[in-house]
Amino acid sequence: MQSIEQQKTRLHDPDEVLKPTPFHERVEKHCRLRNWMSWNGYLTARVYDTLASEYFAIRSSCSVMDLTPMEKYRIIGPDALKFLNRLVVRDVSNLKPLRVTYVAWCNDEGKALDDGTIFHLRQGEYRLCSQHHQLDWLLMSSLGMDVTITEETHDVAALAVQGPTSYSVLSAAGIKGLDKLKLFGILHTELNGFKVMVSRTGYTGDLGYELWTEPVNSLMLWDAIFSVKETGLYDVRAIGLAALEMVRIEAGFIMPGDDFNTAETTIRAGHDRSPFEIGLGWAVNFDKPHFTGKKALQEEKDRPIKRRLVKLMVEGNKPPVDSFLYDKRKGRRVGTIKSQIWSPILKANLTLADIEYHKGKPPAEIWAEIYYQKELEWQVTWARCTISKDPFWSHPRRSATPPERF
Amino acid sequence: MTNSASKPIVIVGGGHNGLVSATYLAKAGHKVKVLEAREVVGGAASTTSFAEGYRVSGVAHILYALNPKVCRDLQLESMGLNPGTSIDTIALAQDGNHLTLGRNAVTGVDLSQKDIRAYTNFKKEFRSYAKALTPLMMNKPPRLKDMDRRDLSTLAKVGWKLRFGLGANSMREFLRVGGINIYDVLNEVFDDSRLKGVIAADAVLGHHMGPRTPTTVLTYLYRLWGEIHGSQSLPIGGMGKISETLAKAATKAGATIVTSAKVKRIVVDDGKVSAVELETGELIEASIVISNADAKTTFLDLVGTVELDAMFCHRIDTSRTKGNVAKLHLALNASPQFAGLSRSQLAQRLLIAPDMRYVEHAFNHAKYGEYSEQPVLEIVIPSIDDPELAPKGHHVMSISASFAPYSLKQGWENHRDRFANKIVDLIEHYAPGFSDLIVAKELLTPLDIEAQYNISGGHWHHGELTIDQSFMMRPIHGVAQYDTPIAGLFLCGAATHPGGGVTGIPGHNAAKRILAMGAGK
Repeated sequence: MQSIEQQKTRLHDPDEVLKPTPFHERVEKHCRLRNWMSWNGYLTARVYDTLASEYFAIRSSCSVMDLTPMEKYRIIGPDALKFLNRLVVRDVSNLKPLRVTYVAWCNDEGKALDDGTIFHLRQGEYRLCSQHHQLDWLLMSSLGMDVTITEETHDVAALAVQGPTSYSVLSAAGIKGLDKLKLFGILHTELNGFKVMVSRTGYTGDLGYELWTEPVNSLMLWDAIFSVKETGLYDVRAIGLAALEMVRIEAGFIMPGDDFNTAETTIRAGHDRSPFEIGLGWAVNFDKPHFTGKKALQEEKDRPIKRRLVKLMVEGNKPPVDSFLYDKRKGRRVGTIKSQIWSPILKANLTLADIEYHKGKPPAEIWAEIYYQKELEWQVTWARCTISKDPFWSHPRRSATPPERF
Repeated sequence: MTNSASKPIVIVGGGHNGLVSATYLAKAGHKVKVLEAREVVGGAASTTSFAEGYRVSGVAHILYALNPKVCRDLQLESMGLNPGTSIDTIALAQDGNHLTLGRNAVTGVDLSQKDIRAYTNFKKEFRSYAKALTPLMMNKPPRLKDMDRRDLSTLAKVGWKLRFGLGANSMREFLRVGGINIYDVLNEVFDDSRLKGVIAADAVLGHHMGPRTPTTVLTYLYRLWGEIHGSQSLPIGGMGKISETLAKAATKAGATIVTSAKVKRIVVDDGKVSAVELETGELIEASIVISNADAKTTFLDLVGTVELDAMFCHRIDTSRTKGNVAKLHLALNASPQFAGLSRSQLAQRLLIAPDMRYVEHAFNHAKYGEYSEQPVLEIVIPSIDDPELAPKGHHVMSISASFAPYSLKQGWENHRDRFANKIVDLIEHYAPGFSDLIVAKELLTPLDIEAQYNISGGHWHHGELTIDQSFMMRPIHGVAQYDTPIAGLFLCGAATHPGGGVTGIPGHNAAKRILAMGAGK
């Protein structure tokens, strides 16, 4: 029998409000600002030292981000693929081993629950990564199927290594075979004698990789990457979630829970969103076996779209934080800004905005009403907005194989 | 919706509701094929032999009046329908001071005049509540969202019946008691504990409920609803005879009935029914399939979760369908002698539920996955009036014993005999010497009912008849109008509104719904 004290230590430490990741020893050393935040209950750096240098590490050199808190689920069993194809709106039946695909999934009403990526790790073995906790929905969806779903968020340490020099840095760190790794490809390899999995995936819209290993190897992995910096040839910089937020908006990636209310957390009617309404219509395949929400989405597809999350560029340099959007200056309200940043590389106000459509079309004009401060005095201004069909920022090196060496 | 002439409407399960649906649809000119897994039709409404020469109604053993509209529409009388002689309920007392509860009156030597009068008023009042719900029973339950004209008319009729049929005072009283428990209501109305015990037992019979469970007034009303049209009776030849008559009507109307044809799978193609696959591997093409099976069997086993949405499957999976009643069949080599019961009284429905606390305590065990130490028993001896059921001079006794939970904590494997003996010992108190007459016995736990009758959970009603699983929420909301998320797939069994019992109403309502949706035309 264990004493009550011993059991407490084993199950839960009441003093530990946020859980340190396996990289914490290094993260803590680099995080000089002590600007911490919670990401899925993990102690995570928002900004390490200066946001600008972290941002430019992603866009101009090599950034390293602790990705461990991202929700990860291992999915195995004879029905694993059947399960996944019934779970997500995209047809993943042809997802080959060592490939990754972006997916979203819905509830019965065809409203988006979350998005994420499916990794076909090896024949018949999958990993689903998601923004939010999904274990209950996954287990619910597995009824009647021979599949085993294991949450492995705590059991897999992960780093995102992103930026134009990431290929060179990782190669210099001793990882072989990256030259042949294509976008959305997976490579199982070894680094200094321990196993590491590399996927050419990311949330930055740039060249980049994600590295996955057992927690016991985490510090060795971190050190191997940062040791490249010691050579003096490359800058390698730890980045926090604030910098990631900037580049993901530039790249046009949506954030469930920020850019749209996930169906599971929606209480009020009409506040949830379908994949069509959040710009993920391209990821919905009807020409595949049944999936949760299919019937509802088929019905919705036949009606003109009523609202959409769009990539919206706002003129001027005043930050349109939480701005309302109108069809003309002081006109009718047609939407709101969900996320926004000032893009240092594009010198523009970039936003993701929820816009009402009329007869399947966006308003002819969109204006943002922006409140801002000038030496503590509030001012208001109006800025014209334009919808961008393509990501605000993308670069051919994201998918070039082999990537350019620096 | 089209149904080409070559493809029949396939009905999965030849239970009594499946047969009723089949007849209505065949009469409307459809080609109908009924596939029954067992060797005989009727499902839980069939007669079974449990020992050489001894026959008894398998699960349902008392008929609470087949619905008169169904009888009329299907001309069942001309097919030889014989519901048997009507019977009363006798509340057994160990000292022989039994109560006899009839449709309108209760008798008992030491019963007060107040209770005698109260019983007559109570039955009249509660029957009028039940009657007010008739439009709700005989129609698809109205959806509360996106109502069609039929739904509006049903609601309007119920509203009219409640307000003007019952009158303001009765309606107010109905709305007061409708959702509460029978325990409180009976304490308000009666003094005699035997009387309260036996009515309380009626309210919870077949359910995972005790007299103090909320909404047990509703389950009592459901039981009483059958009484509007006639009395409870023991069909001659057992319940199987009723199903045979229904099968005869179906065949005469042009439907084909195939027995020993167990369906393995309902084949779905792109959200539409395309065929039914038998255990033998045979494929029967169909664009309309009606499932007489319970909702779990239909959706989770026959259709398969992969063809359905995840939350829908979860809701079906978590609907409460675990049976709570065991069935004990006894073969006796002579007529049993109950203290204070005449021979004609032996032919009635005998209840052991001496008071409400007894019933509540019996249920307490079920809450914790145990069978009742002192079960509530519903006993009939059909061979008294129907000697054909047993060898000459011998008798069969059919007992529904509550509570016997499906998920018994310690598992049923080693407890069947113990529970059977507990029942026998209990009856022995009321009929001394009776146990010496037993020559054969069979106990069907809910597990056995599930296995032998293909009912998930072994639940009589294909799922609890609580308010959250009734009306527009039966079996779950979204599929309460007999159609399902799979195009061409319908439900017609006890899992649908209004629920279980040998009434034929779900089958009637389902057929009506399918015809209204323009099937086959």
